[in-house]
Amino acid sequence: MQRVRLTFLDHLIKEPVIHQLGHKFDIVTNVRRADIQEGIGWVILELEGDDDEIDRGLDWARALGVRVDPALGDLIEP
Amino acid sequence: MGAFNVCEFCFGPLEVVYDLDAIKKAVSRESIMAGPHSLWRYADFLPADHNPDVDINAGFTPLIRSKGLADHLGLEELWIKNDSVNPSYSFKDRVVAVAAAKAIELGFDTLACASTGNLACAVAAHAARGNMAAYVFIPSDLEHGKVLGAAIYGPTMVAIDGTYDDVNRLCSELADTYPWAFVNINIRPFYADGSKTLGYEVAEQLGWRTPMHAVAPSASGAMFTRIYRGFNDFADTGLIGKVETKMHCVQPRGCSPIATAYEEGRLIIRPVRANTIAKSLGIGNPADGYYALKTIEASGGSAVIAEEHEVAEGIKLLAETDGIFTEGAGGVAVAGLKRLVERGTIKPDEPTVLYITGNGLKTTELVEDVVHPLHIEATVKAFQDAIGARA
Repeated sequence: MQRVRLTFLDHLIKEPVIHQLGHKFDIVTNVRRADIQEGIGWVILELEGDDDEIDRGLDWARALGVRVDPALGDLIEP
Repeated sequence: MGAFNVCEFCFGPLEVVYDLDAIKKAVSRESIMAGPHSLWRYADFLPADHNPDVDINAGFTPLIRSKGLADHLGLEELWIKNDSVNPSYSFKDRVVAVAAAKAIELGFDTLACASTGNLACAVAAHAARGNMAAYVFIPSDLEHGKVLGAAIYGPTMVAIDGTYDDVNRLCSELADTYPWAFVNINIRPFYADGSKTLGYEVAEQLGWRTPMHAVAPSASGAMFTRIYRGFNDFADTGLIGKVETKMHCVQPRGCSPIATAYEEGRLIIRPVRANTIAKSLGIGNPADGYYALKTIEASGGSAVIAEEHEVAEGIKLLAETDGIFTEGAGGVAVAGLKRLVERGTIKPDEPTVLYITGNGLKTTELVEDVVHPLHIEATVKAFQDAIGARA
């Protein structure tokens, strides 16, 4: 299971990205937290599935323009 | 109590809750002043007990009344909190001091972190003192010289192949797998509260008051928010009066997710890929970014961005005016202070504290251009000629 933070900008806020992520790939998605405002929004998402399949799904989301980050923030600290 | 950092229901970050009424009954200015000359003089406000076995004497660093920088900026009362003189030369000793003490209380015998700099040094130093095992994870493409200050303490250093995201993900998985105290993951709520002592100390060192303005660099936002909480803890327990400090956060242009959100008037952080020469501020996805924005809002403060070329200028300015050699984050803070004065946000007669959080000897590459000695033959005449030519 992976937990990621997806950040959506502009037109992507209106797109059913999470729905498609669960349909295009063999991934179960579960929204844990979210905040959507005008022009920007984020979602903390749990993803269950094979690691490679999750990686493919997240690469697809990135290609759409969705920002993908670790849910806990950066764990590597200077 | 255990090593948890997020709520498993809402996945929000967990924080330590304190019984301030009980603390109020237990502490006084006198009891604090009678305590050790380290951050442990504020042990009643911290989530761990003082453990001398793992204590390297972090904290209680100097608060210096600025002369040169204050004159340069036209400020009547500027103070510099010089946290660059902590045992491993950065404020990270504060957070790791608390994390290490708490880790031992919770039964851990191993400290761990993923770090490219100051945090690695602090973790390795505390583990050495406490006879604990230490694991430090670094990206494999990091220059080894960058982590020399940590390697000297003898931790197990693990260089990981992969992207920045790969390293992040692996560390998250390792924290779930091994019974270790990952200071900024499963111990994070305790770790972060070590920074509250930066608020306590300044309030005590100013004579039991807080400044009108506090200016601090920010990476994850954790230190920035805890300074303000420290001020307010003292007010809530009757040690000082009402806090009217405006909190100002400074970030470099190459990694400014908090300041950018502030400038755009929103509370949502848009993560960025860090690309700044102020490496110790290179957190593009700040865990406490939202809370930093709320701190700015609550205090009536602001956030400013320092341009990349101003980082080295700020380092040099502080060194030349007040004799303090700071790293990139300090240069960012100085540049931010300058901008706040130029904008009129900070007025000349308003007491201000500038937080300097790391030592310049860690980032000498930023200011190598200052080295240009007069090169002469070993004669008095050659010296006089060279001095005359320079004059």
